[in-house]
Amino acid sequence: MSTVAESPWTRQRDDRAARLARAAALAGVRAKAVDADTIVALLEALIEPGDRVCLEGDNQKQADFLARALTRVSPARVHHLHMVQSVLSLPEHLDVFELGIASRLDFSFSGPQALRLAQLLGQGKLRIGAIHTYLELFGRYFIDLTPKVSLIAAQAADAQGNLYTGPNTEDTPAIVEATAFKSGIVVAQVDEIVERLPRVDIPADWVDFVVRAPEPAFIEPLFTRDPAQISEIQVLMAMMAIKGIYAEYGVQSLNHGIGFDTAAIELLLPTYGERLGLKGRICRHWALNPHPALIPAIEAGWVESVHSFGSELGMEDYIRARPDVFFTGPDGSLRSNRAFCQAAGHYACDLFIGSTLQMDMMGNSSTATLGRIAGFGGAPNMGADARGRRHASPAWLKAGREARDGLAGARGTPRGQKLVVQMVETFREHMQPAFVETLDAWQLAEQAHMALPPIMIYGDDVTHVLTEEGIANLLLCRDDAEREQAIRGVAGFTAAGQRRDRAMVERLRARGVIRRPADLGIDPRDATRNLLAARSMRDLVRASGGLYQPPRRLRNW
Amino acid sequence: MNGASFAELSARERLAALVDAGTFEEWLPPSARVTSPHLAQLGVPAAFDDGVAIGRAALAGRPVFIAAQEGEFMGGGVGEVHGAKLVGLLRRALRDRPAAVLLLAESGGVRLHEANAGLIAVSEVMRALLDVRAAGIATVMLIGGANGCFGGMGIVARCADTVVMSDIARHAMSGPEVIESAQGAGEFDARDRALVWRTTGGKHRWLTGDCDALVEDDPAAFRAAAVAALAVHRSMTLAALQRESALLQWRTELAGEGADAFALWTRLGVADARAVPDLDADAVRARRPAAVTPLANGAA
Amino acid sequence: MAGMESLHFRFDGGRALAPFAPTLVGVVASGNLEVLVEAAPGTGCRIDVDTSARGFGPIWEAVLRDFHDRHGLAGLAVAIHDMGATPAVVSLRLDQAVAAIAEARP
Repeated sequence: MSTVAESPWTRQRDDRAARLARAAALAGVRAKAVDADTIVALLEALIEPGDRVCLEGDNQKQADFLARALTRVSPARVHHLHMVQSVLSLPEHLDVFELGIASRLDFSFSGPQALRLAQLLGQGKLRIGAIHTYLELFGRYFIDLTPKVSLIAAQAADAQGNLYTGPNTEDTPAIVEATAFKSGIVVAQVDEIVERLPRVDIPADWVDFVVRAPEPAFIEPLFTRDPAQISEIQVLMAMMAIKGIYAEYGVQSLNHGIGFDTAAIELLLPTYGERLGLKGRICRHWALNPHPALIPAIEAGWVESVHSFGSELGMEDYIRARPDVFFTGPDGSLRSNRAFCQAAGHYACDLFIGSTLQMDMMGNSSTATLGRIAGFGGAPNMGADARGRRHASPAWLKAGREARDGLAGARGTPRGQKLVVQMVETFREHMQPAFVETLDAWQLAEQAHMALPPIMIYGDDVTHVLTEEGIANLLLCRDDAEREQAIRGVAGFTAAGQRRDRAMVERLRARGVIRRPADLGIDPRDATRNLLAARSMRDLVRASGGLYQPPRRLRNW
Repeated sequence: MNGASFAELSARERLAALVDAGTFEEWLPPSARVTSPHLAQLGVPAAFDDGVAIGRAALAGRPVFIAAQEGEFMGGGVGEVHGAKLVGLLRRALRDRPAAVLLLAESGGVRLHEANAGLIAVSEVMRALLDVRAAGIATVMLIGGANGCFGGMGIVARCADTVVMSDIARHAMSGPEVIESAQGAGEFDARDRALVWRTTGGKHRWLTGDCDALVEDDPAAFRAAAVAALAVHRSMTLAALQRESALLQWRTELAGEGADAFALWTRLGVADARAVPDLDADAVRARRPAAVTPLANGAA
Repeated sequence: MAGMESLHFRFDGGRALAPFAPTLVGVVASGNLEVLVEAAPGTGCRIDVDTSARGFGPIWEAVLRDFHDRHGLAGLAVAIHDMGATPAVVSLRLDQAVAAIAEARP
């Protein structure tokens, strides 16, 4: 609790001063500099029971030293914390709940910890406020989830406390802005302390404490896909995406959800896309992490710009050598920014394409599976119509016209629409059908007492469903019955697909609502791996002129 | 954008790309259904050719016998039937005396599912191959698949006159995971792929004298190396084996305790060893030190 | 306990092919299959499947019936060794086999 306030309007500021005073009294703290072995004492001095704490767990970068330190505070002194963070990635992110240090959680994505999170929730060890998208969570940092203390990760600091967050800047600016300007306290772990930073990403004024961690912060390579794993079916779907959607609408700006199927699209641009004469007409501007699979397209001159949510291990030197394409600082290294890239992906892109685990007959899709609470990440922002958008582009106008053709009244008011494509093979591994009558998400919502089923992408935002059987254009569907049959009509031999009304599917095909590969002039036998501009990690390295350095576990030469 | 990749091709496609067009005549083809009698009871599907295609063909106009192992089927493991096909091919070579016997090897070694039958099969292949070599017929191993040539097949490969490898291929006895589980990750971290390739890959084998030709991952390059190998025959006299043994002893002493590949290459006389993993096959070919050549040539 | 499943299908009708040599496509590997097609004059289309992925009989029926409907070939014996390929891959291999027949010589 704060000491006696100077005025009823400065309580937060006074409270901040009191905490800083407690910290300053510690041996091992000199102004902003904190010794690594004082870190637990520092956290106990700065954090009070019930505080809202942001522990930087980004998609790629983790403040792992600070996470471990937080698990070592005394629960008698620090308890009932309300954790707000983008990603639950490290075991320590959930250990704080088991240890009685934290009790409440607001987050966005929990991929690696999805199973344990569900278990802890079931055991009553934590309560979830809400599961968000990244941009939505950042927004709440400025409304009702402002952190009192933020534990962040940066690559380097100087003596004043300026920070360099470098290629993996990611969420840090959003976290720090919200915290520093609402009387919060910012503690940063850094890999090193230097005389002079390559550039200043976070000014010293916004940073209260800097500790040099014994090991560099943990960063996960999440966006590297080995081309050797791309299958013929994925090549076929990529061909359909390029010819049946990108070319059809003239998609200039886009975001790819991560996956082997989108990697196949990236690797088909310089070959199949070139053959179709599409260079310069599609795929010029990207909201995208630096996917190694995009290297051949960049080298062939397809790509004018890429803004990134985060970086990708191994791509640093390649990015430095391509400043005309990537967003780089005057020092030459990448500057990523998840908040701005999410906003760009939502408002400034013609198209989103991604995959999913399950889709129902209304086009709702979910990656939720029973026994796991994985959250959303950023996909719903990309995979949603941006109803606030006003600037026009050919793709946006065409999609909007298709959706509203023949409609009157409010629903028929002319506006554009973002292309939201769900690309999925009809059967997943172990012959699990991707198309189902009822999503597992409904059952999960009941189990976890959620207000709504965790739907990743809503059916009424989806414009196209693309499978190995063809493309269903939901923009052209005029009612739920047509939508349902359009989806069944591309659901292949799954039970849902076999329940199709064959006569209606044929009529939809005649209208162009469903298009099969043959309708697009594509022969599945032509969909071979030889079409890929790179078929191995080494091909990617060669395409980059040796600048790309893949993570060790993906080298095979 | 890319040339053709040898590693990407199936066994049959590699075989077709290697020999003179249209000259391959297959023995015991898939339609003969000579399949494994063991796999069904283990719930594993059989392959019509038990994972190896054998037959005769022409290579640069010369008659050759040839076999190609399919690395995707059971990891190229040698089972009873697979092994018998190879042995039959080799024994027939003693009768028909082709210019050479070529084996496109991609295998983890013995097909463990078939236990003793697999072990016996591999040992029979070794004996049959040595018989062919003793009869003065050139034997050529071509290793270019992503799975490499390991286990008993790794030993078979070293029994041949010529070993051709691409730089993405690997050749060893024990697989990386086996070494790690036996010796610990501190001794050998199988997930460090660069380490695995430095220890068992084509470049390492070339630089240390354990392979006779290092080529790009390219069917045309393999074909050219195969044609060159038709003329190579190394006799196995006692004196030759003793000289080879002495050279191996010299190399082992040069390696010393706990030496990494970089250290060994440097001691052998390779300039700028650390640059080797990122060089292409042509560049690495040029770097083999003269000291290694007698080991590679078998000092016949 | 593991075990293979054997499935047998017969489809009538269709037009006979010119004689052709036995033709093999595909490889037995996880998620993949090999398909051997041979001439069987005087019959419809016979398809025999050995698969390690048990319990998918109805889906095989649908996929193979679709194959027969699309190509309408008679005098054909098709033998499949499957290791859990999805219908997409099965259909692709069957189409590849039919295309390969056109290039095979008796």
